[in-house]
Amino acid sequence: METYYKPEDLRKFEEIGKEAPDLAKKFFEYYNAVFAEGALTEREKALIALAVAHAVQCPYCIDAFTQACLEKGSNLAEMTEAIHVVTAIRGGASLVHGVQMRNVAQKLSM
Amino acid sequence: MNPERALQEIGVAEMPLETFSQTLFRHGLRLEREKTTTLQVNVGNLCNQSCRHCHLNAGPDRREIMNSETVDGVISYAARNGFQAIDITGGAPELNPNLEKLIEGLSSCAPRILVRSNLTALTENKRENLIRLLQAYQVVVIASFPSFDEHQADAQRGPGTFRTSLATLKKLNSLGYGVEESGLELHLVCNPTGAFLPSSQALIEKRFREVLLKRWGIVFNRLFSFANMPLGRFRQWLLQSGNLESYLQRLGSSFNPCAVEGLMCRTLVSVSWDGYLYDCDFNLARDLPMGGRRIHVSEMEGPPAPGSPIAVADHCYTCTAGGGFT
Repeated sequence: METYYKPEDLRKFEEIGKEAPDLAKKFFEYYNAVFAEGALTEREKALIALAVAHAVQCPYCIDAFTQACLEKGSNLAEMTEAIHVVTAIRGGASLVHGVQMRNVAQKLSM
Repeated sequence: MNPERALQEIGVAEMPLETFSQTLFRHGLRLEREKTTTLQVNVGNLCNQSCRHCHLNAGPDRREIMNSETVDGVISYAARNGFQAIDITGGAPELNPNLEKLIEGLSSCAPRILVRSNLTALTENKRENLIRLLQAYQVVVIASFPSFDEHQADAQRGPGTFRTSLATLKKLNSLGYGVEESGLELHLVCNPTGAFLPSSQALIEKRFREVLLKRWGIVFNRLFSFANMPLGRFRQWLLQSGNLESYLQRLGSSFNPCAVEGLMCRTLVSVSWDGYLYDCDFNLARDLPMGGRRIHVSEMEGPPAPGSPIAVADHCYTCTAGGGFT
């Protein structure tokens, strides 16, 4: 079935550099530097990336970072908790705007 | 989307996987034997577990085990050659009734004897005599321990194996195994619990050391992380789960030319349960005999000649993926 998202397209990611190679080179160098071991471990960074992938709902990122998390030694329980963290923030971000709603409603109401 | 992966795959992932020989040729590499320092002895396919990643299809129904006559042949071969290490594997070596005879016979043939254990066969049926023998000869125990997550470990090795493994590790620790300066070495082997590559060995060893000590008070000497070999039961699972093609591509795209120099097949000779010689245990599983013909251990005077070619096939990509397989 035709679909906009094709798993094999992930492997074509580098083709994005064909039109703007200097920018792509800078981006990929930055990207790889970000995910290298630093104050956070590679495993921790992969868990953050997996959670954010769900928040931005990127199927390529979910595919790649699920594999990356497993390869860096995380288990399904840890990966699921990471997704709950981002879900809580995302839900909380909606809910906290309820304060704005209440402010407006109070201003308009008698 | 991980550009590191994407960049690794440039020019490789979108073409059919070339043969391992072609890849070696493209990198100007040759895979030949060097001086053989390790004798690996596979004492049979009988095992009390049926692990889903097993490259040999080992299990409780397998009947191929090394008999007493072949054990004699192996001891005689080891005595004729100065191996630095002898690595006993299976199946579950503990289930071979000739194991104690083999260890006793080999003990004077090499300074270092290693036994691979799945950690459940070692303590079932009260194998106290065997454990005492391992201690007495300071046999190194190489134990399978894929994950400290019970669900992941049992999914790979069978229900209940995780808890039994923990109990065995604690028992081995109580006997001095894995304890610093005891002279009794306990190493862990960690295979991924699915169709993905292992973590960096140094990182995973650090994490396992912290978690095993904190949660269960367990210590060990070293941890080795190995990729799963797409052979036997693991290959069947890859095929059934629709992961075979992507896994093979992943192994191929992770080819590390620097890993070729340190491959274990350069310095190891593997003897099958029926006494035939292979360049490694994986070629044994694929029935790719050393030198292209079946040679029995009783026919072999010395170690394989340095410079002789090593039989290769596409499963060899497993040993050259990332950091390599030692």
